[in-house]
Amino acid sequence: MSIIEIENLVYEYKRDEDDLVRAIDNVSIEIEEGSFTAIIGKNGSGKSTLAKNINALLIPDSGTVYVDGFNTAADEAGLWEVRQRAGMVFQNPDNQLVAAIVEDDVAFGPENLGVPSEAIDERVREALTAVDMYEYRKKAPHMLSGGQKQRVAIAGVVAMRPKCIVFDEPTAMLDPHGRDEVMDIMKRLHDDGITVVLITHFMEEAADADRIIIMNEGKIELDGTPEEVFRHADRIRALNLSVPIAVELGDRLRKRGREIPGDIIRMEELVTYLCQ
Amino acid sequence: MIRDITIGQYYPGESWVHKLDPRLKIIVTLIFIISLFFIRDFVGYSIAVAAVWITIGISKVPLRFILRGLKAIFMIIIFTFALNMFMTGGTVLVKIGFLTVTYEGLYRAFFMALRLVLLIIGSSLLTLTTKPVKLTDGIERLLNPFKRIGLPAHELAMMMTIALRFIPTLLEETDKIMKAQMARGADFESGSIFKRAKNMIPILVPLFISAFRIAQELAMAMEARCYRGGEGRTKLHELKFKKRDLAAAILTCLFLALIIVVRLKGG
Repeated sequence: MSIIEIENLVYEYKRDEDDLVRAIDNVSIEIEEGSFTAIIGKNGSGKSTLAKNINALLIPDSGTVYVDGFNTAADEAGLWEVRQRAGMVFQNPDNQLVAAIVEDDVAFGPENLGVPSEAIDERVREALTAVDMYEYRKKAPHMLSGGQKQRVAIAGVVAMRPKCIVFDEPTAMLDPHGRDEVMDIMKRLHDDGITVVLITHFMEEAADADRIIIMNEGKIELDGTPEEVFRHADRIRALNLSVPIAVELGDRLRKRGREIPGDIIRMEELVTYLCQ
Repeated sequence: MIRDITIGQYYPGESWVHKLDPRLKIIVTLIFIISLFFIRDFVGYSIAVAAVWITIGISKVPLRFILRGLKAIFMIIIFTFALNMFMTGGTVLVKIGFLTVTYEGLYRAFFMALRLVLLIIGSSLLTLTTKPVKLTDGIERLLNPFKRIGLPAHELAMMMTIALRFIPTLLEETDKIMKAQMARGADFESGSIFKRAKNMIPILVPLFISAFRIAQELAMAMEARCYRGGEGRTKLHELKFKKRDLAAAILTCLFLALIIVVRLKGG
């Protein structure tokens, strides 16, 4: 069953009077419940705009977006249903934490939903444990590292018990260590049954997804499993995007006459294959 | 410089004073401040000093921490003291040139300064023993009855929470901008005060822009987490009026009664 249904979505920004920029141009996507989808594209490819349309932060100019059966363009009441079902984690960990103490910040979402206080306490504990930050619950966010702050932000979304979480370049501002932490948490949430949509420009992160969608100039360029998508390495490079190192290396070896199967996209797989 | 100001700073602790309901603490502080203006004589001041002394003792906040808060207003205290000492007429004690010190003046100056000190200590005790979050929570609850006449109680509290949360973030941002401008040859340390103020413009402009950007991003993140104002919102920590709050309330009433009695008898 698909949890997100996007049909003929068009979204335009107004740059000036009479100067409309079409950020998303007639895109249709269905995302399966429980899947892990990576959406990749350069700056300005429309990937972030797409993410904000899923969370009803932006409303389509034409076309429709359904989240778990709720139309994002419907009435006010439907809007909150959508936002509770599809949580969103943003790029900058600093600018999405509201409260001066970790546990108060995680409680912010459930508080907005009107959850009774004892139940909030329970949810905060659950959510902070899920991201391994429970021992930091009394700390102030500015005392934490970037990766830790981003994990708190994720806990804030998890505490709302969403079915789907959209991550809008969650690792772009983090150091490599923080990036690994956040990637691990995302995989864990996916294993727990949450639908994950990851917007990113790091190919290595995308290789772990079930499905990759590559966007360019507001349109879908490629769509499929990582194995399928990375077969078109030349098309990806033509969009000024990089491919994972294993794919790049496999490509070059192939050009020198080595037989390398096309479905190898991870370093470990390549190493195992070459060392046979 | 910013670190010197203890007014508004929180001193973490688990004392009886720390655990009191913030609503009660705000009211008690207000009563204390008002009662200071009823006091006229030595007995009244002794009672007030004793009350503050006992509260500090229970709160376990180190005295030097509290006194550091006085440093910021040291000049004001000296000024008040001098003004009262020289400007009050009465029995002349000493005469230095055109300045005369009278017995009444000295008496008044001393008590004025003491009143100021007590005022500052009293109010800084509130912020020293109450977490900013709890303080804003308390203010929101106290202002709640005024919602009916159009006072945006929740919004005010939310603004304070966000302001407190983003002080460190904006400090970091300022530091970053200053370093970036210094790397390009900006000079913030030399020149006259006017020149230095003018040199701050390259910091203030980017800082404002960045504050607006932060506000926009934060608003979006809050909306994404279903924020829609105070209507129908619940709280992780509900405020509860406990036995110790009742005890503190009774003590405050006794204190106020004592002050009034002393004033009536003495006056």
